[in-house]
Amino acid sequence: MQTEIVGKPVPRKEGRSKVTGAARYVDDLSMPGMLYGATVRSPVARGRIRAVTFGEGIPWDEFVVVTAKDIPGENAVALILLDQPYLADGFVNHAEEPVLLLAHEDKHLLERARRAVTVDIEPLPAVFTLEESLAGKEIVWGEDNVFKTYLVDKGDVDEVWAQPDLLIVEGEYSTGAQEQLYIETNGVIAVANAAEGVTVWGSMQCPYYVHKALLKLFALPPERVRVVQCETGGGFGGKEEYPSMIGGHAALLSWKAGGRPVKIIYDRAEDMVATTKRHPSLTRHRTAVTREGKLVAMDIEFVVDGGAYATLSAVVLSRGTIHAAGPYTCPNVRVRSRAVATNVPPHGAFRGFGAPQSIFALERQLDKVAGAVGLSPAEFRRRNFIREGETTATGQVIREPVDMAGLLDRAFELTDYEAKRERFARENAENNSTQKRGIGFASFMHGAGFTGSGEDYLKSIVGAEADAEGRVRVLAASTEIGQGTNTIFAQIASNALGLDYDLVEMAQPDTGNVPDSGPTVASRTCMIVGKLVESAAVGLRQTLQGAGLLTEEYTQDGWREACRQYVERYGALKSFSQYKPPPGVHWDDEKYQGDAYGAYAWAVYVAEVTVDTLTYETRVDDFVAVQEVGKVVHPILAAGQIEGGVAQAIGFTLYENVVWQDGRMINNQMTNYVMPTSADLPPIRVHFEEQPYQYGPAGGAKGIGELPMDGGAPAILNAIEQATGVRFTHVPLMPEALMRGLNENR
Amino acid sequence: MRAYLPDYHLRAPKTLSDALELLAREPGMWRAFAGGTDLMVLLEFGALKHKNFLSIRHLPELRGIEVTPEHVTLGALTSYTEIQRDADVRREFPLLCAAARETGGIAIQNRGTLGGNVVNASPAADSPPALLVYDAELELVSASGTRRVAYRDFHTGYKQMDMRPDELLRSIRLPRTTGDLHTYYRKVGTRKAQAISKICFAAGARLASDGRIRDARIGLGSVAPTVVRCARTEDVLRDQTPDEATIKAACASLVQEIVPIDDMRSTAEYRARVAANLLADFLSTLKIDGGKSDSA
Repeated sequence: MQTEIVGKPVPRKEGRSKVTGAARYVDDLSMPGMLYGATVRSPVARGRIRAVTFGEGIPWDEFVVVTAKDIPGENAVALILLDQPYLADGFVNHAEEPVLLLAHEDKHLLERARRAVTVDIEPLPAVFTLEESLAGKEIVWGEDNVFKTYLVDKGDVDEVWAQPDLLIVEGEYSTGAQEQLYIETNGVIAVANAAEGVTVWGSMQCPYYVHKALLKLFALPPERVRVVQCETGGGFGGKEEYPSMIGGHAALLSWKAGGRPVKIIYDRAEDMVATTKRHPSLTRHRTAVTREGKLVAMDIEFVVDGGAYATLSAVVLSRGTIHAAGPYTCPNVRVRSRAVATNVPPHGAFRGFGAPQSIFALERQLDKVAGAVGLSPAEFRRRNFIREGETTATGQVIREPVDMAGLLDRAFELTDYEAKRERFARENAENNSTQKRGIGFASFMHGAGFTGSGEDYLKSIVGAEADAEGRVRVLAASTEIGQGTNTIFAQIASNALGLDYDLVEMAQPDTGNVPDSGPTVASRTCMIVGKLVESAAVGLRQTLQGAGLLTEEYTQDGWREACRQYVERYGALKSFSQYKPPPGVHWDDEKYQGDAYGAYAWAVYVAEVTVDTLTYETRVDDFVAVQEVGKVVHPILAAGQIEGGVAQAIGFTLYENVVWQDGRMINNQMTNYVMPTSADLPPIRVHFEEQPYQYGPAGGAKGIGELPMDGGAPAILNAIEQATGVRFTHVPLMPEALMRGLNENR
Repeated sequence: MRAYLPDYHLRAPKTLSDALELLAREPGMWRAFAGGTDLMVLLEFGALKHKNFLSIRHLPELRGIEVTPEHVTLGALTSYTEIQRDADVRREFPLLCAAARETGGIAIQNRGTLGGNVVNASPAADSPPALLVYDAELELVSASGTRRVAYRDFHTGYKQMDMRPDELLRSIRLPRTTGDLHTYYRKVGTRKAQAISKICFAAGARLASDGRIRDARIGLGSVAPTVVRCARTEDVLRDQTPDEATIKAACASLVQEIVPIDDMRSTAEYRARVAANLLADFLSTLKIDGGKSDSA
């Protein structure tokens, strides 16, 4: 019997097949008689469709053509609201909105045909920025352009402003869109007809989201729809909701083609121009602080640009709202937030999900407040860090030991922060070098799992089954998208049962075969679903023990023998576990008060930069990420999550700029949308502190996936402020903007 | 792939004279295809308008690096990798090596050619500013003969060249008179690799024994419809000591001489200012030592 599989860097479950090329991604699959599908999209941002013309020189009778009229069920992507059509019906609300679908067996001719279709649109006035939307320049959604609002209200902020002896500091911060840039673009294959129902294979994070959407689209009962996740090359949120769209499109084409398989694979240009990105945001802060540097009030207004349809904006807004006040104790906090509509392709899920936006604003603002009080950024935060027993903005009492000051100490020690801060200040002032140095940090937290009662609504289920040889299979819809789901689930099950890691395998996520363990999002896979994996595995053992086939203590051979006998006598051995909230957790959806998350990961990130005053380019020279994430299940995968997230955050901060023109991304190529390369990244030094979470799996794991996206941007801009003396407030901070900032401040 | 492949034709003539004959017979019909690193991008986007291509990659007459006492001559098909590996080029033409090193990634450097970089005529190309500094000369061949063109006169407008449809670029010739130039190269593209230039700056100069600038050469990319040699600014520098006043005058001249634009990659303001900053930086390094510098 092996011990301590948790915390051990076991080989990735699917590592061998990925390295050898045996892993099958959706574009590796082909089916007899398969057609290729393409999407004809709107050339303008908003308007009324006057006509669709099919050009000359194309054998149109060979093509399958699908319009909104061909939809058997409801023309709406089922997610939170039903406002987004699968195919525009008379009206378009954003550039690149799908209008018509084509399929043909020759994919080159298909592309030629796609270009031969002209969609004639009478343009209507559109709004392209959240400022225009807020100003009501044009009402483009609902009655007031507002998808969703939240109010978090703790204490009484308005009572504070008039109090004597307080410093009031205001600030405004904004963030831009960001493309997920998973390495595998969106792609699916569908087979659909009235006789057999609908099956979709594809690259995705959430098979049951696609399942739910297809039920509505085809008006079919659940058992007639099947969704299978293929090997998936990254998601970062970009394959949370979008596969419901492309999966529906391929299925509609197949349905019209009488059940011939239809494959749709976006190329990079289409994937970048048409699919979701991170929500741009605007945050206004008004902070009241005593002269001793204690926070008294935080009044925060947070707005995100949701794009043309509601999609997931309400949920993104929620997470951004709850994280807006950070890991600090403050008696009076008000967060007023809004998600608004614009005529750009809907913004969607992207690692961090609103939190990187609001945390960026907060951590920039706190450096400003610290300056106003005359304290160092570190000392100011030390005086306000939240501690066990204190309450967050939503009134959640922190019941776990939290040591933000300890994380800060550790991060400073690893970077020699204080000495560098002093040295850079001196050198920048003294010498005439064109290279200016700076060091800065951000402290933050990230809640794991769905917000508030989200997990209660989901009621996720995980199964485990054992065969006659004692092999255990985990049945879950949680997907492996590169982050390590397969591996950590197998570790958790093997740990729970005391079996070899190799004896545990993962079932392919297939709605025909696995229960709904919820979407693969929100840093929930390890902490929430992992816990269900653990209890489902334990259920197998209890069943065997209940049947008198397994003793309290057992060997692996004993386990195998017990399974053999059980299967022989009773047939399949399966166990299922469903989510139940931990005791004492309360959330009020109306007041937005209570326990927002079961657990938080806590972190302090330090960035060191050099700003080149000749080219206005910033290089991140060193990056230290210190975090407390509960029990670390797999040290290499966990460090990989942090390194990747930090790299993505560096892109978000200094490189990745979506250039919009009339609501359309015009730099939709990787040559012109500049993501950092390995040559641009610093060493990313990752350190974990482990404070086991009592309701987490494998001895107390929490969530980790989104956390590293949160701290990079403010840490880097705080460092740039030291290097340049300029208080930048927007990311991405491109060299052109840095140049303007330097010039205006001299 | 957004192109309709059956629309495209590729011919691979056996010899250079076969190729030139074909070009002469049907001028404008055929477009040369060497490394393909620019053309394939357009093909992928379905934006490659030309349909008929002449593969020249295998023609030995367009290959090789030849060294004579007066010149180093690079065949048009010389790849960026070959440029970086050649000892003579490395020793005498460091700007060209720096440009080759910063063009694309390794696969592109193996496949892309110097000749292609010239005749693709992108104002954002990385090696032309270096070629301008080195007073490169092009050899153009056609069925009716050979002619030489000074590279600084070759680009006549955006994507316009002094090159007839029946001609091929055969080689690029560099006079071996620049070994003692104090040189400076900087490609600015936000990221360190795989970038398209926002500004590409190459320069060289000599100081006379009295500390005056004897020979200043400035080549710039991404600041005008073509890559440019900044002759007016060079005139401002000639016979001046590289002091603060000179630097100021030269920078003022440079921003007048170039005509950068706003586009999706950057702004005119940024391009002008960074070009001036780099010129100032280059000139200030001249002041400090005056020896040969490394390229950035």
